Amino acid sequence: MFSLLRTMWNVFLHAFRKRETVLYPEVKPYIPPRWRGRIILSRDPDGEERCVACYLCAVACPVDCISLQAAEDEHGRRYPEFFRINFSRCIFCGFCEEACPTYAIQLTPDFEMGEYVRQNLVYEKEHLLISGPGKYPDYSFYRVAGLSIEGKDKGEAENEGPPVDVRDLMP
Amino acid sequence: MTNDIIWKLIIVFGVLFVTLNVAAGLIWLERRLLALWQDRYGPNRVGPFGLLQVLADMVKVFTKEDWIPPFADKPVFIIAPAIIVVTIITAFAVIPFAPGVEIVDLNIGLLFFLAMSSLGVYSVALGGWSSASKYSLLGGLRAAAQMLSYEVFMGLSLMGVVMLAGSFNLTDIVNAQKGLWFCIPQFLGLVVFFIAGIAETHRLPFDLPEAESELVAGFHSEYSGMKFGMFFVGEYLGITLVSALIVTLFFGGWMGPALPPIVWFTIKTFFFIGLFILLRASLPRPRYDQLMSYGWKVMLPLALLNLLVTGGIILATGR
Repeated sequence: MFSLLRTMWNVFLHAFRKRETVLYPEVKPYIPPRWRGRIILSRDPDGEERCVACYLCAVACPVDCISLQAAEDEHGRRYPEFFRINFSRCIFCGFCEEACPTYAIQLTPDFEMGEYVRQNLVYEKEHLLISGPGKYPDYSFYRVAGLSIEGKDKGEAENEGPPVDVRDLMP
Repeated sequence: MTNDIIWKLIIVFGVLFVTLNVAAGLIWLERRLLALWQDRYGPNRVGPFGLLQVLADMVKVFTKEDWIPPFADKPVFIIAPAIIVVTIITAFAVIPFAPGVEIVDLNIGLLFFLAMSSLGVYSVALGGWSSASKYSLLGGLRAAAQMLSYEVFMGLSLMGVVMLAGSFNLTDIVNAQKGLWFCIPQFLGLVVFFIAGIAETHRLPFDLPEAESELVAGFHSEYSGMKFGMFFVGEYLGITLVSALIVTLFFGGWMGPALPPIVWFTIKTFFFIGLFILLRASLPRPRYDQLMSYGWKVMLPLALLNLLVTGGIILATGR
């Protein structure tokens, strides 16, 4: 009987404790920078799209929520004609980010994506593409890759020697 | 004469209005208080302090599908939730809220209350029976057995008060508490009545008929929509009724210094409502056989002892 009364008293004392609840929409919680949230497509420092439409993200995606179509522009750069992520399927696993060879697709610390209409969760390329370079500010794929595009031939990339003529015997 | 009737009508509808609103408001109060004691906030979004949560809940419960299971005993199933609300509201008729503010001044007011609260059991038992499902039946059975055993000493625990006041009339009982509230000479009676009151309203330490963790939702497992809501309103009305009665019988009813009588009555009643909620926040539910043996082996002898001692003292002092 005494223990019951003591329990009641102890519970009553909780009235003067600090409340643990974080009042969410008013008080934002701390989200770590590596949080796997809303997916974006970044641009390189020159403002061009980083995505080269290699389909690796679509292949890596375990729920098949990414679909895209590759195309090539007049400079010889590949880009996605459309790029679509169905966020009602996405499980935010981050495999697409790991698979991406050009740091184009990145996950951000934004999770407030609620929608009333399901169709609004399908993000097209214009919704995904941001204007900045995201997590890797100085990286530009075509500047370090050996691929030749208009205005940059083979051997002209950073840290790259001129191409070797394989038919030549000279050292 | 006409003024009298109008005054009575005002009281009748006033009491009806206030009690129903208090019962609805208790949903909010209980959730807020439970949250407070669990270091949470509770409903605080809808309206100021979340007060309009009640309104939102009501809109919700009225628009829910009101489903009657095909295997249920239909007429009984429909009438069961109404019984608890009707009986408890009827019991409010005899409670004196302030001098002159009561619906009927019955000379057997206390017996009327006991009769009405006993009738409320039919609601739970019939609701459990007519649902024709295992869990509901178990809940209904438990409710019937629990009420049967707790009703006995609920009545007995009040007899001490009746002996001291020399009347079954609740107004007389309140008037007899001028100078000394009955909570001191009848402390044992208060404890026994309070415990019986919890069992009567099947609130948490004694909510065996509901017992969410074992019986789904007990006697109202099959209920939905406003029928479920009626059981809920009935439960909260019951808390208000028992709190108001504890105040009337043991804590001097409307009496108190400075403030107007009705305010004192409200303050005291809400104190006990808060106590009910604190009980729910802190105590675990006993096993069913523990509940029964506790009732018959501890509370009943205590009530009888209280009766005996009170009777002896009255006989000795000759008052």
